[in-house]
Parts: sequence; structure tokens; C-alpha cells
Amino acid sequence: MTLNGWLQIGLVLGLVLVAVRPLGLYMAAVFEGRRTPASLALGPVERGFYRLAGVAPDKEQGWLAYTLAMLTFSALGFVSLYAILRLQAYLPLNPQGFDGVAPDLAFNTAISFLTNTNWQAYGGETTMSAFSQMAGLAVHNFLSAATGIALALAVTRAFARGGATTIGNFWVDLTRATLYVLLPLSIVVALGFVAAGAPQTLAGSVDATTLEGAKQTLALGPVASQEAIKQLGTNGGGFFNVNAAHPFENPNAFANILQIWSMLTVSAALLIMFGEMVGSERQGWALFGAVGALLLCGVALVYASETAGDPLLTALGLDPAQGNLEGKEIRFGQALTALYVAVTTGLSCGAVNAMHDSLTPLGGLVPLFLIQLGEVLPGGVGSGLYGLLAFAVLSVFIAGLMVGRTPEFLGKKIEAREIKLAMLAVLILPLAILGFTSVAAVLPAGLASLANSGPHGLSEMLYAYTSAAGNNGSAFAGLSANTPWWNTTTAIAMVLGRFGYAVPVMAMAGSLAAKKKGAPSAGTFPTDGLLFVGLLIGIILIVGGLQFFPALALGPIVEHVLMLAGKTF
Amino acid sequence: MSMKSEARARALLDPALIIEAAGVAVKKLNPAQLMRNPVIFVTEVVAALVTILALRDSLWGGAGPSFFSGQIAAWLWFTVLFATFAEALAEGRGKAQAASLRATRSDTMAKRLIDPQGRDHLDGVVEIVSALSLRPGDVVLVEAGDVIPSDGEIVEGMASVNESAITGESAPVIREAGGDRSAVTGGTTVLSDWIKLRVTAQPGETFVDRMIALVEGAERQKTPNELALSVLLAGLTLIFLIAVVTLYGLATYSGAVPSVVVLVALLVTLIPTTIGGLLSAIGIAGMNRLVRFNVLATSGRAVEAAGDVDTLLLDKTGTITFGNRMAAEFIALPGVDPRRLAEAALLASLSDETPEGRSIVALAKANFGLADPDLSGDAPDIVPFAAHTRLSGVDFSSRRLRKGAVDSALKFARLAPDEAPPEFRAAVDRISRAGGTPLAVVETRALQTRAAGADAVAMHASELLGLIHLKDVVKPGIKARFAELRAMGIKTVMITGDNPLTAAAIATEAGVDDFLAEATPEDKLKFIRKEQSGGRLVAMCGDGTNDAPALAQADVGVAMQTGTQAAREAGNMVDLDSDPTKLIEVVEIGKQLLMTRGSLTTFSIANDVAKYFAILPALFVTAYPSLSALNVMHLASPQSAILSAVIFNAVIIVALIPLALKGVTYRAVGAAALLRRNLLVYGLGGLLAPFVGIKLIDVAVAALHLA
Repeated sequence: MTLNGWLQIGLVLGLVLVAVRPLGLYMAAVFEGRRTPASLALGPVERGFYRLAGVAPDKEQGWLAYTLAMLTFSALGFVSLYAILRLQAYLPLNPQGFDGVAPDLAFNTAISFLTNTNWQAYGGETTMSAFSQMAGLAVHNFLSAATGIALALAVTRAFARGGATTIGNFWVDLTRATLYVLLPLSIVVALGFVAAGAPQTLAGSVDATTLEGAKQTLALGPVASQEAIKQLGTNGGGFFNVNAAHPFENPNAFANILQIWSMLTVSAALLIMFGEMVGSERQGWALFGAVGALLLCGVALVYASETAGDPLLTALGLDPAQGNLEGKEIRFGQALTALYVAVTTGLSCGAVNAMHDSLTPLGGLVPLFLIQLGEVLPGGVGSGLYGLLAFAVLSVFIAGLMVGRTPEFLGKKIEAREIKLAMLAVLILPLAILGFTSVAAVLPAGLASLANSGPHGLSEMLYAYTSAAGNNGSAFAGLSANTPWWNTTTAIAMVLGRFGYAVPVMAMAGSLAAKKKGAPSAGTFPTDGLLFVGLLIGIILIVGGLQFFPALALGPIVEHVLMLAGKTF
Repeated sequence: MSMKSEARARALLDPALIIEAAGVAVKKLNPAQLMRNPVIFVTEVVAALVTILALRDSLWGGAGPSFFSGQIAAWLWFTVLFATFAEALAEGRGKAQAASLRATRSDTMAKRLIDPQGRDHLDGVVEIVSALSLRPGDVVLVEAGDVIPSDGEIVEGMASVNESAITGESAPVIREAGGDRSAVTGGTTVLSDWIKLRVTAQPGETFVDRMIALVEGAERQKTPNELALSVLLAGLTLIFLIAVVTLYGLATYSGAVPSVVVLVALLVTLIPTTIGGLLSAIGIAGMNRLVRFNVLATSGRAVEAAGDVDTLLLDKTGTITFGNRMAAEFIALPGVDPRRLAEAALLASLSDETPEGRSIVALAKANFGLADPDLSGDAPDIVPFAAHTRLSGVDFSSRRLRKGAVDSALKFARLAPDEAPPEFRAAVDRISRAGGTPLAVVETRALQTRAAGADAVAMHASELLGLIHLKDVVKPGIKARFAELRAMGIKTVMITGDNPLTAAAIATEAGVDDFLAEATPEDKLKFIRKEQSGGRLVAMCGDGTNDAPALAQADVGVAMQTGTQAAREAGNMVDLDSDPTKLIEVVEIGKQLLMTRGSLTTFSIANDVAKYFAILPALFVTAYPSLSALNVMHLASPQSAILSAVIFNAVIIVALIPLALKGVTYRAVGAAALLRRNLLVYGLGGLLAPFVGIKLIDVAVAALHLA
């Protein structure tokens, strides 16, 4: 680690910090229906959509109606995306003449984009037509992100309101999230990527002659625009197979900084929006502080572990000062790669600018663990916020009793129903991740896809299900995931991780919204101070992370101690 | 016999109780009963599983070393037993109290009136029936020496009643028809006179029956918070069950399959057995603490609600101030020696046996060192206090002294109100404004005595000596008490029938946050509703029938045992001592109950980190010897590590039983400070304690060659 490296990390995080508050307050204004400078231009468009769809924007929904609307919308999205992928050979804008996508892969991909996971069991430039990319995948990059924000808004309102039967209108939240937040930001960020040199064209490919005189076909397409929403919506599904390590997706250091900034900012700003909407911006910053501290630890651990390097490589005569450079782009350097690795997994983004499979064992443990914590640091757009609130509810319940009162969070009493639903949500990740990994680890169908044996092979399988269930989408690429077994099981894990988490949390929101909002006093547990920050960190680690220890011990931890002993897999 | 003193006499860990509880603990192993507690139920199931495996190993020489699995099995059973023992011990302490109550309930006979409308009870129209056959609406006659057969409302008569069976207080109380003292409790005894009462309770549902059920925990239902905590613990158990079961597949892949016994050990140490085992004991002990304060809650829910209270409504009289007004100051008029005023007041009050009168005597003695006057030679006429004159005093041959209400005293002195000196009137105003009551002291002397005629003593010179300031005396220490409550975030509101001026003065002196003056029952109800709509929980106490609606509306309503049946039905707690100050203790007990639960939960969950460091390296060290790097405690061997963790897990339950029964120490500080302290003790302590504990046990296990 170097001071220069930390300055780079500090610079990027500083840029995020600057943007978080204005964006958070802007989003609070938008979603509370207040007028913003953008309303002038976008208001008529918004109202036009409602008229077209026959939505009464003032008519709010209860939690069940809201959730059913979300599920219906997602189901329709799945059907249409699946159809586009299967039928792409007959659809326009297919200059390379790709065939329809195979059934299991189309199923996996449709679920993947629908759930904001963007797990890619395919190489984009060799599988998807421009139409599939734009009308299929990119559309869901917007919609799945907007769905996440909508759910987070519903949960936010549950805390903001007292004795309420409704928690907003799904269609309105969906429309506003897309129109006022994701779309304008995407346009600006896409132009930023274009300026950095990312292609933005409808041409399929160009033929180049290399220095050796060989012919090479370079895939092109609307890269910059997809890159923008891929990052802003914490989707992570790249245009190219190697994602943001590809020079067209992520051409230079400026583009890399823009990538990190754009994936982190919206999710982080949602925390401030939460604070503002529940009437305590401080609360938002407390949540921000907890996830920020954990994320920084993750960055430091990756950075330290990667720059410490691999004794086996040093033994081969490589300069140990460079650390482990395998699978990394030298143009980004160790520091910004470490930051990217931690951020993309602390968020449920899943874009990668380095190959996670090539990280040192401990460097690889961090992204695994960050996803397993429940994608709350600060998590996917929206999904991170509502996931974090489930942990906040548990923290307040466990420790809040120690002040001698029925635990309350933001004036809402936390009782059996809330705990039941929060636990149900938190249960989903270990069930999906450990359950599937355990089965795959003994089934030939699962083991056949492994490129490595021993603990690293276990890490690859664990990472696949962790990434799927956490709706992250990044991969330990050593695993050949495009098989019926992996396509099917990871898709199920993605559905569980998204809807198995969101539905109980929504039910919890419904229960909380109906409760009276108590007045805070000197006797209530203060949830906007350092004490709460520390507590939340502890609960995230203990309730969210501890159950993965045995699995991690058999994977990355064993691999680490064996690497020190000179053994590879 | 006093239930209170007997209960207090019980030591926390009475040997007789422990022996009895140990027996009950074994009976509680019944799985059907343990199902209520998912954490301990899971422990019992796996304990049975390991026992079978250990037997198989020892009989047929199975896969594992049977000595090791036998020990693990034994300690798993101990874990379950310690949990049931904790519950049995907590229940046992309640049972002792119930037994003394039950003695009062034996087969009482009742004199039921055949014709309740009959005027005279001495007509003999009563039939003798068993108390158990009485139904609500029956009217019974209870005469001196009879045990009151059931709860009821007096419809006719008045009697002194010994209620010591319930309250532990042996001084008899007066119960009479009408008013706020018409309720009587079955099991108490009429000492004198007779009453007719209308039965209000079904047999088996009387106050005493409910008390017995409560202290025995027979009808114990999980309270809302306990239920929520159980759900959390069940969820955590499920999570770790998933982690351990799936470990089988992962370990198979790694070629490091641990034995079932070892996996079970991992599971049991990870699931929250500590709090799971102590949870119900904490709840029962909380109720018992309340009973020992002579307060009965109709449900555990009410005890929890007490911890949540934001606003306390306190009656001024008896809670904040002593029941009676007391002399606080003598104000002599100009030209009058204060000592003379005090002497006059003392003499005039000698015959006044009211608390006010006694307080004047006491003040005169205290402030001026006056002795009891020797009146033997003087032979004065004592003029006792009378309601129509509102004066008391003493007549000597040459002078007459009076003290009493200002207007009466002026009348006695034949002064019109505006003839009183301005200093006098100013002082009267000042006392009234301060919320006090002014009493005037006046002396008249015979100027001349004409021998003839009926009006022998017609001419008098009257002199106003001064005033006595009677005021509500705020109980010492109550202001500090309210400051503590404020620090805990609880607002105190004083309820009084006084006018706003008086109320404000007392409120300031007592340091309450707010007051409700000239309060009618409707005002109270309205005030409670207003607080509740602001999201605050309200506690109050009351005794009269007109308090019933407010008691029912309040989240915690403590009815006085001396109160009416209506009030007792409306509240969710009954204070047997009828001491309204106890509301504060009730709140503290509620808080302590919740704190104890939270602290032990935090401790239990924080323990997991160390247990991982003990067991995980031991699990896989055969397949991956280099994992011993994780063995930070340097435990002797994998087997001793696992055994030590399981032993620690069992023993910690027993070690924490006293804390669970006694409750975590409560301090009246703000939530933030309380949390910081408890988090440090139980959070950080829970993180570190097992590192030390497991290491020590490991040293012992290794030394004894147990593994």
C-alpha cells in the first residue's frame, strides 16, 4: 500500500461524498412529489405516462397491493425479456446475425437482468444482438434499478408515516425513479464515458489489422450508454465479456473513477434520502457511517492483501513491490482496483475491472464476504437500503432492549411481526448460498464446471451462488457457468435473493406503517449516534456474516494458509 | 402471617428451593413441553441423537471414540437441564407465595340471602352454602368473625376487615356500602359489625385465584416482547442449522467430513442457548419481583408496558405531598412577638386532633422550643374544633384563644374582613398564592366584667396575632426521584383538585414536568388520550370508581387494593399496599425486565465469535493441518477444544441464573448512557468472556485427560 494509492482512493470517495447530500435531498424532493427544477421539463412527460397507463398518481397502495404490482411488473418483464432473447434472430439490429439464445441461458439471463443481478453466463459481444442489448438488457438495467428504488421508498415511507394504511404508489415511484433520477444521470455519465473514449455506435464491429499483420474483429456497439446505467443502477452487466476490464468499457483512469463514482453515489445518496424523508438527516448519515466504515475495511483488506502479493510469484523472481498483478489492468493500478473490487461487491453492482478469480485468497475473501453480508454496503440501488433497514431493525431490537424499553426505531415499536419478517428476509441468503453450494459441491453436474480443484474450486462455487443470491453478478470466472445446472440453480438463487428478501421486508413495511409513531425522549435508544453505528456494524457482521465462516474457512482461508505454505490449486 | 415478609425472607438461592427445582427440571425435559422453546428443543433433539451415537459407538465399536461422544452427550443434556432448572427455580419462588395464598381459599361457607330484597338480615332468611357455589349476583351476609366467601361489592352495612391475607398488612380497614371503599376481597376476614355484599366473581376466578395463577406462572403466556425475542432466537437457530447442515456438503467436497457429534457440538454452541435457556426464567422472575413489591399485574404484558411508559400521572395527595397540609410558618403581625403567636397557636391547637392541628403543635415546639404547657392549675375550657365554627381554641378565665379559618377567626374577633390590618391581608394573599392555607390566630381579653345580666362578658378587646401558614409538604426526596425519571425520559404529571395557582406552586416545588389542576375524571381521561395520540404510553394509579375509565384507558393502570371493585377491574395492576408512590417502582421493574432480556441476548450472541475460534480449526484440522493458525486460544487438542466449548456453553447458563433471577442492575440514567454501559459489559464482555472461559476449561480438560 502506498500513500499515493490511498490518496487516489480518498479522491474518489471524496467525490462521492460531495455528491451524496445534494442527490439525496433531490431524490427526497422528487419522491415526496415536491417541485424541483426538473419538474418543469419532466412534469408533463410524467403526467403523460400516467394518462397513457391509466394510473391515478394520487391513489396510494397498501403494502400488499404495492408488492403485487411490483411482482406483476417483474413477471411481465421476465416474459418479454425471455421472448426477446429467444427470438433475437428474427428481430432487427442484429448485424452479426446471432442465433436465438438457448433456453436455459435465456432463462438465466432474463432472471438475472430482472433481479438487478446481471450475472452473465455468456459473452455479450458474441451472444447478444444490439437489439437484445438495447431493448432487452439495457431497458431492464433501468427498470430493475427503478424497482429497487421503489421498494426502498415504500419501506422508507413505512418509517416516515404513523398509522398509515398506504405506502405509496408503485407505478409513480417506478416512473419517477426512472425519469427524474436514472435517466438524467445516465445521459450525463454516458457523455462522460464517450469523452473518455468509450464507443457509442450502432455499428456491429470493425476489422483491424494488428501490428503483426493479423486480422482482428473488434466488437463495437452502444457501449457508453449501457455502461452508464450499468453503473448507476448497480446492474454490473457489461457490454463485453470481461466487463469493465475491457478497454472499450473502461478506457482510462478517468473512466475508471467515473465508473466507481457512478455505481456508489446513487446507493449512498439513497441513505441520505431516507434520513431526509423520515425527518432526520442525521439518521441517514448514521447509516452512511456504518456502511462506509465496513466498506473502507473491505477496501483496505483487498488493497493490503493484493499489494502483499503472492510468495509463490516472488519465488519465481517477480518484483514483490508490485504485489499480485495477475488479472488486473495496469492502467488502473492496485489502489483503484482494490477500491473497485470492494465497492462493486459492497454494492450489488458486480461490474469488475479486474478478474476476481485472480485475486489472492484473502483479496478474494473480501468480495465474497461483502456480498454475503447481504449487499448492504450500501448495496444495490434501493435493495441495499431496504436490506440495511432489516439489519437496523434487528440491531435496535437486540440492543435496544438494554435501555429497558420495547425497542423502537424511528418511533416505531419493533415487535414479533417485524422480527419474524426481518429474520425471514435475513434467512434467505444463507439458505440460498450455502444450500446450493453444498449441493453443487457433491453433485457431478456442479463439479463438472470447475476449472480449479481444492479450496479454490470451492471458492468458485461459493462465489457463484453468493453472487447470484446477493444479486451481485460478478464472478470468479474460473467457473464455466453456462450449463443447464448452473444456469437453472443460479437463476433460482437470484429469484430467492431478490424477491425472497424483498417480499418479507415489504410485509414488515406494511406492519410498521400502520403503527403509531412514538415521540422520542431521553429514554429512547438514540439511533443517530456513533453508538448505533458501532452496533449496526456488529449486528451486520454477527447476524449477517457469522454463518458463512465455516464455508469461508474451507475456501479462501484454507487457500490462504496453504498459499503461505507454497501450495496452489 | 405476612406474605410480603415471607417472600422477602426467601433468599435468592434457597437450598430447599434448589432441590425442589432440580426435580422439576428433570420433569420439564418432556419434549412436548420443551417445544415452546425452540432453541432448547433443538438442543434436546441433538442431545438425544448424540446419545444414541455414543451408545452405538460404545456397544458396537462405531466410527468415533465413545468416551468423547459420551461426554459431549452428557454436556448437551446438562445444557438442556440447566435451562429447565432455571425455569423451575424461577417458578419455585412463585409457588411458595402461592401456597400461602391458597391457604386462605379453603372451603369457606357462605350465608346466602334467600331474599336479597329483605330489609333486615336478622330475619334469618339465609342459607348456608359452600363458597364455591356462589355466582355473581348472589347476595351474602358476612358477620364478625366470618371469612368473606368471594369478591364482592358491599350493598349494605359497614365493617372493619382484616385484609392481611392478601396485603400482609394486619391493621384492619373499614369497608362500607357506597363510595370508594365498597369492594371486598374473598379470603379476608370481617372483624366487627356485618355487611351484605353482592358477589362479583365466578368461583375459581376471584382475585385470590387469579393471584395464585399468576405467581405460579400456571397460565403464563409469552408476553409480546418475549414472543418477539423467541422469534429472533428461533430465526438464529434456523440460520445456524442451515450453516451446519450445509457444511456437510462443503466438507465432503474438501475431504474433511467431521463426525456428526462434532457437527452437533458446533450447532449447539452457535445457537443462542444461553438466552434461550434463561428467557422464561427472566420473565417469571420479573413478575415475582413485582409480587414482592406487593403489586400484582394481571398480565406480563402490563409489566412490559410499564417499562415503556413515557408519562406518569401522579395524584398529588399521598404521592407527591403527604396526605395532609402541615404548618410550615408562623407569621406574626407587626408589634406581636412571634413567640407569643406560637404560644397562642400551640394552646389553641392542643385540642385539635386533626393532622393539621398536630402539625401546628409540632412546629411551635420545634421552632420556639416550647414545652407542653402546664394547664393543670389554670383549668381552662377546651374548645374543640367543630366543622360549623371552623375554629378550635381554649378559654382561660381572662382570655380566649382561637385559631382557624381566616374568615371565621375574623368573625370571632368581630372584625369585618376589610377591618383587618393591611399586613394581615397581604400575608393571607401571599399564602394563598403560594398554594397554602392561611389560619388566623386571635386572642380576646375581657376588658371589664359586669356582674349583672345575662351578657356577663360583653366587652372584649380582640387582637389578631398573626397567621399560620399551612401548606402541602412535598415528600422529601421526591424531587430527586422525578429528576431521575426525567433522565430516563419519563415525564411526570401531577393531578390535583387544587386550583391552578396552588397546583403550579406545588408543581414547581416538587419538580414535576406538568400538572393538571382542578382535575375531573373526564379531564384525566382526556389528558391520557391526548398523550397517547402523541405516541406516548401513560401510567397512572387510582382508587375511585370515577377513576375507572382513566385506569382502563391508561397503558399501565395501577389500582389501589383499597379502591372500588370497578377501579380494580379497570386497571391492569393492583397495588396491595395502596401506595401510589409505587408507580415509580413498577416502571423500574418493567425496565429492568426488558434490560435483563436484552443484556443476556447480546451476551449470548456475542459469545459466538469465540466459539467459532474454538471449534472451526478443530473441525478441519485433520484435513488441513495449517488451519491450526486459527487456533488463537492454543487449545490442547481438537477434541478438548470442542469439549471445552460445549462445557462452557452449558455452564454459562448456570452461571447466569442469579443474574436472570435478580435482574440486571438498573440505573436511572438516560438511554444513551445505559446502552453504552450495558453494551460494554454484556456486548464486549460477551465477546471476550468465552475466550477466557473456554481456555480455562480446556486447561482443566487437558489436565484431567478428558479428551
